[in-house]
Formats: sequence, C-alpha cells, structure tokens
Amino acid sequence: MEGLKFAHSVRTRAGGTRQSAIVGVVASGNLEVLVERVLPDAECAIDIKTAAVGFGEVWTAVVGDFVERYSPGGLRFSINDGGARPDTVSLRLAQAVRSIAENGQ
Amino acid sequence: MTVIETTGASPGLDCGGEARRGAKAMTSWQTNRATRDGRISAGAVLARGKIVEARDATRLLEAVIRPGDRVCLEGDNQKQADLLSRALLAADLSRINDLHMVQSGVVLPEHLDLFDRGVAKRLDYAYSGPQSARIARMLFGGKIELGAVHTYLELFARYFIDLTPQVALIAAVSADRDGNLYTGPNTEDTPTVVEATAFKDGIVIAQVNDIVETVPRVDIPADRVHFIVKSGKPFFVEPLFTRDPAAITEGQILTAMLAIKGIYAPYGVQRLNHGIGFSTAAIELLLPTFGERLGLKGRIATHFALNPHPALIPAIETGWVRQIHSFGSEVGMDDYIRARSDVYFTGPDGSLRSNRAFCQTAGLYACDMFIGSTLQIDLQGNSSTVTTSRIAGFGGAPNMGADARGRRHPSEPWLKAGAEADPDGATLMRRGRKLVVQIGETFGDKNVPLFVERLDALELAEKLNLELAPIMIYGDDVTHIVTEEGVANLLLCRTAQEREQAIRGVAGYTDVGRRRDHSMVAHLRERGVIRRPEDLGINPLDADRSQLAARSIKDLVRWSGGLYAPPSKFRNW
Repeated sequence: MEGLKFAHSVRTRAGGTRQSAIVGVVASGNLEVLVERVLPDAECAIDIKTAAVGFGEVWTAVVGDFVERYSPGGLRFSINDGGARPDTVSLRLAQAVRSIAENGQ
Repeated sequence: MTVIETTGASPGLDCGGEARRGAKAMTSWQTNRATRDGRISAGAVLARGKIVEARDATRLLEAVIRPGDRVCLEGDNQKQADLLSRALLAADLSRINDLHMVQSGVVLPEHLDLFDRGVAKRLDYAYSGPQSARIARMLFGGKIELGAVHTYLELFARYFIDLTPQVALIAAVSADRDGNLYTGPNTEDTPTVVEATAFKDGIVIAQVNDIVETVPRVDIPADRVHFIVKSGKPFFVEPLFTRDPAAITEGQILTAMLAIKGIYAPYGVQRLNHGIGFSTAAIELLLPTFGERLGLKGRIATHFALNPHPALIPAIETGWVRQIHSFGSEVGMDDYIRARSDVYFTGPDGSLRSNRAFCQTAGLYACDMFIGSTLQIDLQGNSSTVTTSRIAGFGGAPNMGADARGRRHPSEPWLKAGAEADPDGATLMRRGRKLVVQIGETFGDKNVPLFVERLDALELAEKLNLELAPIMIYGDDVTHIVTEEGVANLLLCRTAQEREQAIRGVAGYTDVGRRRDHSMVAHLRERGVIRRPEDLGINPLDADRSQLAARSIKDLVRWSGGLYAPPSKFRNW
C-alpha cells in the first residue's frame, strides 16, 4: 500500500448541502471514494490509499485536473484504491462531487 | 486495347512442326494431375468409396501427403479440423515431415505441436489468438520458419498464386456418400480453401460430424472432395464474438457514446464493420437507447459486415439493422439467425451461410467504416496487437481497416472523409476515404497504456530479423482515434506534428498523453480536430450501465425471445 495526500486551494465552494457521500467499490481495478464537507470553503483535500505503488506522478496529474475542473471547495476526499485506471479515478471523483452536491443530509 | 494477360497455353506456337513435336515428346503438361491421381489411388486403399474410418485417418494422411507439401489444415477463425490435426500430428516422421502449413488460424495446441515434432517446418498464417504466447516463443526458439503474418484476404489471395495447397484438410458438419458437404453456419474459409486446392490438382480431405443420406444443402460439391473421415464428435468451434454485457465498464460506455455522437452521426455511417472488443459491443447496446434518443435510427448502422454478435440482438429487434453478412457464425446464435432471415444470409435449409473471403471483400469495398480496438498505438497512429511476448496475428483488421484504393462508388461518409483530408482538391477528382477508427481506453488490462512512443512490433521485428514489422493498421489509414478523453480526427491534421499532438491529446494520463503540448492541443480542440465529451454535449456522468439495452447475457436471451442459446460458460443463472 502507498499513501498519498494532496491539498489544493480552490476558487469556489462545492454546491449542495449534503454532508457526506460515498461512491464506487473497493475492488481490483476499482476504487471507493468517501467525500465529506468538513473543510473551509477555499480548501480541498484528497487522501489516497492505493494498492498500486509508484504512480504518484499520475495521481498528481489526475487530482490537479479534477480540482481545476470541478472546484470542489470545502470537501475532503478519502480514496481506497484497488489499482483503478486514471480514467476510472476521474469518473469516481466526478461522481462523488455530483453525489454530495445533491440537497439533503 | 492492351493485352495484360499472357498465357503459356500454346507452347511452340512460332516453331516449326518438328520442333513442336520434339517439345511434346519431352514435356509433360499434366504431371500435377498424375501426381494427384497417384495420391488418390494410395489413399483409396483405405477407403470405402470416399469414406475412411477415423482410426485410419493417420494412415490416410501418410498415404496422401508427401514430405515438404504445402498443407492447409483448416483452422479458421472459429471452426477447427481438430480430428485431422491430431491425425496429422501422429504421422510417421519418415513419411511426413517438413510440411509448409498455409492456414488462416493457428488456434489449437496441435497446430503448434506439429512444428515441435518436425511434422511441419514452415508457416504462413493470419491469426493465432489463443496460441499467441506459444507461437512467439517458438518463433524465437527457431522451431518455426515464418513466411509471413497475413490478413485473411491476403492469405486467401496467395492460395491462388504462390501458396496453393497440395493437400487441404477441412471440416464440415455432414457429408453424403458421394462427398457433397454441408458446412452449416460456420462455412467460413472452406469454399476458398477447397477452390484453391481442388482446382489445382490438390487433394481435399474432409472431417465431418455425420454421414447422411442427403445433406441439408450443398456447400461444397462432391467432385471437389476426395476423402471423408467421420469424426466421433463435432468439430471444435470457439465462441469468439460473445461479449457479456455485464462486463462492460462505464469507461467503455462513455467511449461508445463519443463514437456514436462524434463519428457515426456526423458522417452518417450506414455500412460498417465492428471489431470484437467491449467498446464496440457497448456501441451495439447503445443504439436502441442513446442512439434512439439522438434520432439516428435508420441513419446509421443499417448494413454490416459482421459475425452474428449477440450484442447486436437488441438493435436488430428494434429495427435498426437491415442486413448483415458474416465471416463465420457464433455459438448459440443458430436458431435466432434462422428466425431472422430478413437480416442474415441463409441457405435453402434455413441456416446461416457465412463466407470469410466474401465478407472480408465486403468489409474492404462495401463498408464506409471499420471501428475496432488494438493493443498499442504510436505517435503516428500506427497500431499493432503484437507485443514482444505475444504474436496474435491480424485476422481481418488490416484488410477492413484499410482504405480500398480500388474503390470507385461514392457514398456520403466516404466523400466527406475525403473532403476533410483534402479540402482544396477538385471535387470530381478527389478520392473518398474509408473511416478507419481505433477505439479504446487509454489504459488497458493491468493498467498497460494503449499509447506508446514506440511499438513493441519494432523490437520484435529486430529480434526476429523480419523484413517488415507486424503492423496491424498503418497510421496513414487511421482516420480517427476515440478514447474516454475524446475523439481525435486525424483527417483534419495537416502536419506530422499536428497528428502527433492530436494523438497525445486523447491519450489521457499515459506517458504519451502527459507529454502533450498543452497550447497546441488547445488549438487543435478549437479547430475541432480534438473533441472532448463536453464539446459533443456528453456528460461523462451520464455514461452508466443503465444506458445499455442489455446488461447481461440473460437480457440478450430475453431480447431474442428465447432464440439465442448462449454457451454454458456465459450462463450464470
């Protein structure tokens, strides 16, 4: 296992009122993302635990593009990764933002 | 008028009468026929009529085949002459050795055991899917002298020019006592192999599942068949074209949506061929849902050169597909095909008539698009399924995934693609272009990148001292590359540098993708050379499995009204 932590300053706060959401599954080639609305509006944190060691550079690129595109202010993402491909990671992160942007608890 | 063919049929035409008589005395013009008759006589000792018992199959082959012969051991994409393979493998090496195998598919372990034992020495072939790792090891180990890896149509063509078989060992469903053969839905390569062999003084030996009074239809006439061996069990057929919808990923669905909206729709592609991967299976399953909502029914995907893919059943049932011609059949599809004869080609007996050579020709000349996946794409768009440890061969992709330079009939997609490639050309003189689309996810199995700086095929060619690297589709034939990152239209690229950046631009987070020139990629996107999901009005979050018309094999059975009978390995209920 490898642990990676990213912290980004973002332009705007993520929409919606839900406090947390979970998408995906922990499985080989897949990942689970827990997203919680626990940070100041201009901050975003992404903590990764991954089974695939040595892909830090790719994670940096994927996370950078994701933050740039969705501006997920106030959100902390905790990822359990089973060696998912970058496109799957991008999709799950986008799904997590959509999930927490819904109104409700 | 120019005479473009000459013939040697009139020897000594200009000579005096005496010289001509002299030539006749010395030259026999029918040695091959005499040899064939000798082989038939040697085999006839073991036969009653044309029928030889299975236990005598090896003795028959020893009687008929000579050392060094060119032999086609029918290994098609699907159907395998497995009994005759085993019989040949058991041959006495003092009687049969150093054969030159000319067969499209190297599929069974026995096909390679022949080389290990020394029964065979040289190989010309087209496809070796299940044996790809072993064939690579044997080539490196010097066990096989490789002629070339061909496309199907190319190998078939050589059967008639310089690789004509002396003996063909073929497979059929049934034979009558005269030797008329019924090949059933998997006719595949048989007519081509028999044509080349029987009409050039070769010997045709067929293994059949049954000997019957009257065959359901005559696929091969009796006078082209010399011996028949009844097999104890049906010949082996591989279900190669069944993709379980349950295994289709969201990434493949997104890629399929991009292809439909970004290529099928704007070009109005009606006549096409699909590869066998999951991305194209996803396209087939999105036609009745996503395609329907886009109003594309009747405007795209109406005529196919395609095997009977189970994944196409929902599109057929909803009236999308008008006609399909097939290379071979698919396990479990027989009853469905029989009941949908308006769509498929069927014989007087009601079952599918497939024919690989004709269908490949149809794919080359009568289809406006080929779309399929590959294992590696380089910066020029060259693609290959060959890696240093696996040589899977090409099958039909290089043939269908190539511009047909002999094509002369116009069609909307062909002309539009031609105009995009050469906007300043004179309209009436400008060739059209076939759409050759490579579709895939930026990372494949085990996170192996689809995009590479240098193809493994080059390393293989260097190691094996090949004169030509095994490229599946050359970059100059590829018109579009589709990944989950978007569609790259290579027809619109004007320089090699633009082409490279267009490819890097859809290569995602692979090394090739991360080394893109961001400003150039942005410029290419403004010009529509690269189109992202959002440029096509597609939200990646909509790419979920609820979009698929069938989400399991069982759904496909339901769509077929119970006519599709999937093989047991695809049944989980």
